[in-house]
Amino acid sequence: MSGNRIPLGPFHPLLEEAEFFEIKVDGETVVDIDMEIGWMHRGHEYISEMSSFTQSIYLVERICGICSTSHPLACVHAVEDIDNIEIPIRARYIRTLVGELERIHSHLLWLGLAGHFIGYDTVWMWAWKYREPVLQIIEAISGNRNHYGIMRVGGVSKDVDPSNIPKLLEILDTVDKKMDMFAKVVNDDPVLKKRLVGVGVLTKQDAIDYCAVGPTSRASGVRGDVRKDDPSDAYDLVDFNEIVLQNGDVYDKLVLRVLETKESIKICRQCFESLKTAKGSIINNVKEISPGEGIGRYEAPRGEVFHYMRSDGTNRPIRHKVRAPSYVNIPTYKASCIGVSISDALITLAAVDPCYCCTERSLTITDINQRSNSLDILKLSKEKTEKIRREINGK
Amino acid sequence: MGWKNKQLSKSLWVFHVSGSPCNNCDIEILDLLTPKYDVERLGIKLVGSVRHADVMLVTGVINRKIAPKIKKLYSQAPKPIFVVSIGTCTPSASVFKQSYNRVDNPEDVIPIDMYVPGCPPKPEAMIEAVAKLIGVLNE
Repeated sequence: MSGNRIPLGPFHPLLEEAEFFEIKVDGETVVDIDMEIGWMHRGHEYISEMSSFTQSIYLVERICGICSTSHPLACVHAVEDIDNIEIPIRARYIRTLVGELERIHSHLLWLGLAGHFIGYDTVWMWAWKYREPVLQIIEAISGNRNHYGIMRVGGVSKDVDPSNIPKLLEILDTVDKKMDMFAKVVNDDPVLKKRLVGVGVLTKQDAIDYCAVGPTSRASGVRGDVRKDDPSDAYDLVDFNEIVLQNGDVYDKLVLRVLETKESIKICRQCFESLKTAKGSIINNVKEISPGEGIGRYEAPRGEVFHYMRSDGTNRPIRHKVRAPSYVNIPTYKASCIGVSISDALITLAAVDPCYCCTERSLTITDINQRSNSLDILKLSKEKTEKIRREINGK
Repeated sequence: MGWKNKQLSKSLWVFHVSGSPCNNCDIEILDLLTPKYDVERLGIKLVGSVRHADVMLVTGVINRKIAPKIKKLYSQAPKPIFVVSIGTCTPSASVFKQSYNRVDNPEDVIPIDMYVPGCPPKPEAMIEAVAKLIGVLNE
């Protein structure tokens, strides 16, 4: 292809994760984009098949640090789906509460990074400043700022003390006020509008064709939210709106996330109010998982996350499959990036809130003409023997 | 550690390398720069290129694909450079011990001077680590 190629990554100052893009430009206009993933592949599915069901929850939590509720929640939904396990009402509210708090902090995080990407660092600093109270609430509930580790098959492991709730609601109020401010800023600010309106448009048809999920598709006018379509936990007990916008540009994605944060705060309030009165235990003790298969879904901040689990009656899954939302959102670059100017390319790449940790797949390229694969296996086997020998000798 | 290192301690510029992490340590590192913790008041600044850096922050279990790139980054860095591993993953592989895609020993890829354990380490722990590093450099 004619035109210049601009490599971006794997270590680029603006990208916090390692990923590699090759942007082909004609003058200043992007004409094609190619990307290479696999820099962060750690083999979760394989490790999960060697771990017990409870260990899997901790493992999938570490797929991605920002979706560290969505993955465990989808995972426990999958295990509960095998045996149709009932969840106590209190646990359902706590799950929803932590899930929504995660959405607030994830959207604020994205808002800040988007500001950083367009060179508007004030937005970055402010968004992250007002993200801290949310982390404070999460720390009060779970004991950790990020990986919460409170999901269990059949419930949750940590309770919310009703006497703390008024204080936590106060902190949530401060976040709510600041979100109102952000909503105003987004409406008024000429800089944001100049940089973002009409940039990186993903049309409705493209969003459908690429099977985009989550805020990426909802900003293009395609509705679809697992919380509404297939409500789990306490989502059928709380009242909230699904936000759908029409234009599909980066500005709409930003507005959508701000509005969604407002909805999440509304859900959190309702959960706190219900937790004041809801009685009962927080976990159903599950003794064993019967053979069978189950699926679990949850609306992560980036879209639908899907887990599949198959059990053979032992204490560990024999198959665990994960599909993260970024896996389907990232190919939409092919539709949204082409035609934008190179200076807008980065914010368009960032607009789908891509999470490369979630989506990493490994790819092996082998030469078909070369038939000496048995040699490689022999070499690998010898290496493995050496490794075992070293471990036995304690070196 | 010599007069050169002592000069570095006035303002450490850090470069952040993600060797297949779960993103969480990286987010916490960025969190350090934002108003609540604001390490820039201590002279610490996140820079865009390893060629400007005094400290490399490595996060995550280093996998086979990224290992050569990290080696290359280290070779590009001006010496002396101090490598700080953030999180439990880099030294001990944490939950990824059984992964087929990790390097056996991260020290083969890059010499690590300092470990900050935690999953993820609290921002306060990272600030303490940097303060200790400055203390060592001033000796």
